[in-house]
Amino acid sequence: MAGATTLKLGGDHAARFESRAATRETPLVKWTILAISLSFFALFLLMPLIAVFVEALRKGWDTYLAALIDPDALSAVKLTLLAAIVSVPLNLVFGVSAAWAIAKFEFRGKHFLITLIDLPFSVSPVIAGLIYVLVFGAQGWLGPWLAEHDIRIIFAVPGIVMATVFVTFPFIARELIPLMQAQGREEEEAAVVLGANGWQILWHVTLPNIKWGLLYGVILTNARAMGEFGAVSVVSGHIRGETNTLPLHVEILYNEYQFAGAFAVASLLAMLALVTLVIKNWVEYQAARSYRDQQDIPS
Amino acid sequence: MSTAKTNHVLPGFKLTLGYTLSYLSILVLVPLAAVFLKTSSLTLEQFWTVVTADRVLASYRLSFGASLLAAAINAVFGLMLAWALVRYSFPGKKLVDALIDLPFALPTAVAGIALTALYAKNGWLGKLLEPLGIEVAFKPLGILVALIFIGLPFVVRTVQPILEDLDTELEEAATSLGAQRWQTFWHVILPILFPALLTGFALAFARAVGEYGSVIFIAGNLPMVSEITPLMIITKLEQYDYTGATAIASVMLAFSFTLLLLINCLQAWTAKRTGRDR
Repeated sequence: MAGATTLKLGGDHAARFESRAATRETPLVKWTILAISLSFFALFLLMPLIAVFVEALRKGWDTYLAALIDPDALSAVKLTLLAAIVSVPLNLVFGVSAAWAIAKFEFRGKHFLITLIDLPFSVSPVIAGLIYVLVFGAQGWLGPWLAEHDIRIIFAVPGIVMATVFVTFPFIARELIPLMQAQGREEEEAAVVLGANGWQILWHVTLPNIKWGLLYGVILTNARAMGEFGAVSVVSGHIRGETNTLPLHVEILYNEYQFAGAFAVASLLAMLALVTLVIKNWVEYQAARSYRDQQDIPS
Repeated sequence: MSTAKTNHVLPGFKLTLGYTLSYLSILVLVPLAAVFLKTSSLTLEQFWTVVTADRVLASYRLSFGASLLAAAINAVFGLMLAWALVRYSFPGKKLVDALIDLPFALPTAVAGIALTALYAKNGWLGKLLEPLGIEVAFKPLGILVALIFIGLPFVVRTVQPILEDLDTELEEAATSLGAQRWQTFWHVILPILFPALLTGFALAFARAVGEYGSVIFIAGNLPMVSEITPLMIITKLEQYDYTGATAIASVMLAFSFTLLLLINCLQAWTAKRTGRDR
């Protein structure tokens, strides 16, 4: 399912199509398509984004800042960072490992394995939360054992982290698998012939080759980890100052009719989204450049 | 899952495949299996009563109906946006292209409250629509708006690369054979784009069916009217009805898995139709 989120290397193609009579529309058609599609864009994407910042500042800077330095907000920031700090490296190691097995070796059931890795994308976030309640909740499989040993997973931080790992599970693997498949294994095999061991190959040959795809996957994982709502909401229990992430804090404030505060915290997340998009575009630009450089090298 | 068939020089096959399978099993497969095991503790009759209760049936109709409609709207306007981004130069194009991914990056809860603020009676858009007698926020129409928001990038980003790779020769040939521009589009370009467009539609649809965060703020969440299926699961959980929640979840999962397989087939078809590897 990751088709829509993989690294794209396309540049601007408009000139190619606009310069030829056969691939050009009449100005009337062109401007109609532009007007309709850009209005749709403004209505559905641009306006909600602007609304977040306008609503956040509706009651002035003082209210805005007060909402951000509120102790509950700060503890939500901490928990959100924690969820991301745990899930990014875990899924990074998994992604590299899965891509190595799938791209560098041939085995039966490979396509099925790729489909399984995609599963978390097709599962509703609510169900992602539910499955951990079924395993670790008071009524769940391990519930009695966990209660006996006084370990809390559901309605506590570990549950939030696990749900976050689940929803961000495929991003890095899905980015790396096609990339490493396309690169083949000649460079790595050459390194083996030259006497390198597995870790040396990974560190000096493979990782430099996949760094942009890897970074791209990390950015997507991080954005989703910090912004996840549905899955985390099911396992959180909404204990203020304890099991609230930033998106859940937004919900609580909103449901208490503290709209300015809710939008102030939401604006933090919106800025995070914008930073994500900027880095993402920078990575795409760098990846396209290094791809072009590789193409230019005469063989 | 058999071991490597050929004798490979590269190390790490067992380690990486073993780690991949264990990590996948512990975090994804075993917990997902819990849904079906928990559901199997119900008799078929009990299961049927839960998943076909009036309120649940109403939620399926709403979730699937709104998701289909949102995906269809996205297919039309997403194609136009992708076309504009690939074929035309206009000021601010880079910014528009970058912001298409906003729904991937913006947390769904933020999208939800932002859309609600826009379409509420005193919001920028709600104010304009109210005199026309159109209410969006806290109505099923609001759900449609939220699902359009989250689905749009799926269509644009699946169609865009295929459009970029199109050979101009095809259209030149069509023109030199006397085809009108719209005939070229309809008979030459659209058939090439179609698998990708359908994939984008299916991805947007799959995402919309499971969506929760952006919808609940704007939906109003009235039973039988504006209650989506994921919310039904939450409601059951809040009433400590774990088996009920799980039964509905298993219906949704079965549907998502079918859709996932369908999407995989569609992507293979896209690759075949356009000669791309992926």
